[in-house]
Amino acid sequence: MEAIIKEKVQQAIDQFADKDVYVHLETTNGAYASHFDENAYNVGAFIRNAKVKYEHGKIVGSGNAYRVGLKLDLGWVYAEGVTDYELDHQNRLLMAGHDREGRLMVALEISETPFSHESVEQS
Amino acid sequence: MTQEHVVVIYPHPDDESFGAAGTIASYREKGVPVTYLCGTLGEMGRNMGNPVFANRETLSSYRKQELMKACKALDVDVRLLGYRDKTLEFEQVDHVAAHLQSILEEIQPTLVITHYPGYAVHPDHNALGTAAIKAVGNIEAVRRPELWAQAIATNYEKELGEPDIRHDVKPYWDKKMAAIETHLSQASGMMSLIKEKPDFNENEELEHLRYERFYRWNYNN
Repeated sequence: MEAIIKEKVQQAIDQFADKDVYVHLETTNGAYASHFDENAYNVGAFIRNAKVKYEHGKIVGSGNAYRVGLKLDLGWVYAEGVTDYELDHQNRLLMAGHDREGRLMVALEISETPFSHESVEQS
Repeated sequence: MTQEHVVVIYPHPDDESFGAAGTIASYREKGVPVTYLCGTLGEMGRNMGNPVFANRETLSSYRKQELMKACKALDVDVRLLGYRDKTLEFEQVDHVAAHLQSILEEIQPTLVITHYPGYAVHPDHNALGTAAIKAVGNIEAVRRPELWAQAIATNYEKELGEPDIRHDVKPYWDKKMAAIETHLSQASGMMSLIKEKPDFNENEELEHLRYERFYRWNYNN
């Protein structure tokens, strides 16, 4: 992944508009948050392979964190805190936000084919 | 006499290295075969390497490779159970237990090591520990292996009492570190901690790594 280049991400978002796509959306602060800090809360959610169609989507923000919103017929897909992106070899748009230790805090991924359990091959 | 064989049942690639590498190494030194049944590929982990080199979709492949290297370093066999990270507690316990039992019936271990349900912090640890204990319990008593359960929660000693087994794995420290280091995507935080504070008695985290502790499961009551 590399730091977000807004124009490139917007282009990729546009390319998936009005198509049936699969979405992976996730946020997490890890399963050990309240183990290492008793005042912390374990919070997370993910949805994998939600099949949606969006009429349009946007990436908004500047500097080091962005928000992405996808407008559906009946609702929205939304992620905040996205910092990095990659258009992988299967032409999937992977976006994620990492903390300063490189840990994933949020992810939003869009693909025309379902996300699998294991990646076929890593480059 | 039954041939000794140890089976370790944990859900994530790296649980074996952080939790039991010293114990595993001590058995391998005696020539006892060890098999690791690894529940998932840790594909939902949030550590992506530091600096980041994995993403949500490639993480499973990296972690699978790391697991293979760790198992090679520890000289153990590994079998992948194929569940998905974070979802083990939502599987049917009986189904997972039956799956584990079929593998255990085949390997016929003398000792099974797993997590202590309710005291193992990560929901996957608790869920797979529950299934493993059930699986071993379903094996008829005369052939049933011993089971050791590992607790991790900060309160465990207060509630469960002193662990029955307390291995000081200092003699196997290099081996344990080598195993942990293979988990490149996950272990950078722990490795820098170790390098900053080589005297592991002074640090609670490192103390946990040095002493591998287990409770002997009692199936009689």
